[in-house]
Amino acid sequence: MTKLTIDGQQVEVPANTTIIQAAELAGVEIPRFCYHERLSIAGNCRMCLVEVEKSPKPVASCAMPVAEGMVVHTRSDKANKARNGVMEFLLINHPLDCPICDQGGECDLQDQAMAYGSDRGRYEENKRAVKDKNMGPLVSTIMTRCIHCTRCVRFATEVAGVQELGATGRGEDMEITTYLEKALTSELSGNVVDLCPVGALTSKPYAFSARPWELRKTESIDVMDALGSAVRIDARGREVMRVLPRLNETVNEEWLSDKARHACDGLQYQRLDKPYVRGANGKLKEATWAEAFAAIGAKLKNVAGPKVAALSGDLVDAESMFALKQLMTSLGSANIDCRQDGAAVNPAVRASYLFNSGIAGIEEADAILIVGSDPRREAPVLNARIRKRYLRGNVQIGVIGDALDLTYKYQHLANRADALSKIADGSHAFAQTLKNAKKPMIILGMAVLSRADGAAILAAARQVADTCGLVKDGWNGFNVLHTAAGRVGGLDVGFAPGAGGKDTRGILDSAAKGEIEVVYLLGADEIDTAKLGKAFVIYQGHHGDRGAHRADVVLPGAAYTEKSGTYVNTEGRVQRAERAVFPPGDAREDWAIVRALSDVLGKKLPFDSLDQLRAAMRVANPIFAALDSVTKAMWSPFGTAGSIAATGFDYPIKNYYMTDSISRASRTMAQCTEEFVMGGKARTGTHG
Amino acid sequence: MSVRQLAKEQPDSFSFKPEYAERAKRIIAKYPAGRQASAVMPLLDLAQRQEGWVTKPAIDVIAQMLNMASIRVLEVATFYTMFELHPVGKHHIQVCTNLPCQLRGSDAVVHACKEKLGIGLGERTADGQFSLMEVECAGACVNAPMAQIGDDYFEDVDATSMRKIIDALKRGEKPKAGPQNGRVHSAPLGNFTSLTDEPKPAPMQDMAAAKAAFEKAKADAAAKAAAPKT
Repeated sequence: MTKLTIDGQQVEVPANTTIIQAAELAGVEIPRFCYHERLSIAGNCRMCLVEVEKSPKPVASCAMPVAEGMVVHTRSDKANKARNGVMEFLLINHPLDCPICDQGGECDLQDQAMAYGSDRGRYEENKRAVKDKNMGPLVSTIMTRCIHCTRCVRFATEVAGVQELGATGRGEDMEITTYLEKALTSELSGNVVDLCPVGALTSKPYAFSARPWELRKTESIDVMDALGSAVRIDARGREVMRVLPRLNETVNEEWLSDKARHACDGLQYQRLDKPYVRGANGKLKEATWAEAFAAIGAKLKNVAGPKVAALSGDLVDAESMFALKQLMTSLGSANIDCRQDGAAVNPAVRASYLFNSGIAGIEEADAILIVGSDPRREAPVLNARIRKRYLRGNVQIGVIGDALDLTYKYQHLANRADALSKIADGSHAFAQTLKNAKKPMIILGMAVLSRADGAAILAAARQVADTCGLVKDGWNGFNVLHTAAGRVGGLDVGFAPGAGGKDTRGILDSAAKGEIEVVYLLGADEIDTAKLGKAFVIYQGHHGDRGAHRADVVLPGAAYTEKSGTYVNTEGRVQRAERAVFPPGDAREDWAIVRALSDVLGKKLPFDSLDQLRAAMRVANPIFAALDSVTKAMWSPFGTAGSIAATGFDYPIKNYYMTDSISRASRTMAQCTEEFVMGGKARTGTHG
Repeated sequence: MSVRQLAKEQPDSFSFKPEYAERAKRIIAKYPAGRQASAVMPLLDLAQRQEGWVTKPAIDVIAQMLNMASIRVLEVATFYTMFELHPVGKHHIQVCTNLPCQLRGSDAVVHACKEKLGIGLGERTADGQFSLMEVECAGACVNAPMAQIGDDYFEDVDATSMRKIIDALKRGEKPKAGPQNGRVHSAPLGNFTSLTDEPKPAPMQDMAAAKAAFEKAKADAAAKAAAPKT
């Protein structure tokens, strides 16, 4: 520990901290542009200059380590004068276009110029002008505004792991650009917009659409992947204008994936805003809630409980699933499942479907075995965490599956799934690596668990966990990486086949054969709707997607930004998404729709408010009482031993930008698909 | 200096010729394992020697050889102005126009080049033989004005000698590099202006006297230390 004085305040900090970090600990704010605590130190903006006694010149506090007995003045005349000078230099080439700049109102340079800038410039020559660069459909560039802090370059290189951004030229002619002006091929590219301290990199989809002070800010949770990243939803009127990340050290640090950030325009299109009933001519026809419920009631009257089934989708909150489960139970049906892909996790054993080590646990791991998972596309922010661990060194990463570009180096162990059984019986070299590690972990992806032999692979993975010491005191390295935000919540409320009930495969097969006559789809779009056969389909959801097209009755629900709902992320963290805007038209919150329907069916559910529902949910599963925290799961037996087919994996995410009904409706995501997935088709004159 | 960007027209491919590939291998071997990226500048120079300028395919090839991202190589190539990013002539004439050269008449030299070659600064003759550029200080101010052609410095040039050099190059000859006005290296052009008389030996020092003085000081100090303190 080192003792030093900052602005007359005695502080004691660890020896390897820098002055700016020490000042932060002491509660003293030092202005900065290039310094960012999650990126390497560049020291090139010089805004953080402070006066240090016995030092001949002001020093850059971001790059200067603390020393015993150092006396730092951050607000002395000398420090202020130095910053005034730096600010004057920065403003020499910065255009005065704040009124037409999207960063206006939330700009570091604007704010700090208020404190350290002069009200007039002494520079009479022309300002430089820089050609704008193409950085793809998400990042808009106005490079004349760039102050060359290189935060974006360091982010792309270090965190995102794509070495495509760089600074070319030198001095006044330095320019930030991507190699050959190609779009930034990262699933985290939107973060450079947040990092940019000026308006050089701004959000392209959000360009010129709102000012920060007009927005209503709601702290919520993202549902585009199973991480449950903390987000802030900025809305104006009834429209969600943008989604920004919030700080959550244990989940997303301060990053957010591009889909979570930019799919929000999909909330405006393809929305179900009225109930629909399929008429005699086979076409969906607008209806009132009463008519829709009556149609369902008329059908269900003549159908026995076991012939009814319910499937829930990837974006559904725990409350709605809980309510629907109660309704299905009262109808006498145990045919419910929240695993549209048929993932073979054991709903009865919580440890079998959780990312048990926790997302932050990745940073402690020293051996990681990834099986049938593509974390870069299934959970980009989690992948950045693995990369962060990789960069720190001393970690062995092995992959069973396709040799994908995960932004870090790994040992490619095998293409096919049967290699896992070799690790389980210790005949594979990587088994020894896992055994030697202090904190080894395995990450199972959905591509593994949704296979027909998923249960056998789960058993093999469990065997690996037991034989290679993945589970020990205070450490459980058995991890399942989900792709669906609602999945763990669904399993936690028990939205899985009850006694004698059918799972997703069973429901679809029976429906195809006509054994199941009514299927209730709660936001379930990722199933093969052709398999529903002649069944009477009720679709409740927010987008007119695959499920709604097949439906006989459509009940318009609310999207994740339009309701207060509980989601449990892949590590088992119970989090709550909050309502930022109201659902469109006649759409209602999903739990309320189920509750109203139960009344019509004469099976009235025992809760009249969301609070009562949540109370019942907490009784059913106490983990829901611990909001924003993880309840560790018991390590109980699971999996069914069996033979594993020697085949490769079918990864669930083929197109990262379109994985659910919201992102499929999003125009921004369609542009990304065109640019990154279709390989950037030649642009013609009709393109904007 | 202006914004340095890759040329629009680029060749399709690049590969080091065998002798250059051999040199590249030797250069890379100079650096310890894992530090091969240090070879980026000599390799860019090598590529420039082979092609005359640094091409985009060359940047990609070098990036691959050194296990770097292409953008990192591009950063280096655009940072240093001595890497040519556009095609240059077989004889690339770089005239210094910084202050000392300018005071000594570099304007006339530039004018002579322009006139002789029929091209402006930053241009290349149609036959691809010559290109002309003005550069910042090349560090030969003693022999100002100067021009660099290829690897050679032509110093103490004026309009006449510059024309002669260009003529010689046009004929395919190899004009003599160095001062063009008869000066030897950087020595004064006429007679010596200082240190003109015969060098005298340095005055001898009386070592015996110095030693005696030293011994006396030592004895005094010892006596002082031994004297009883009052």
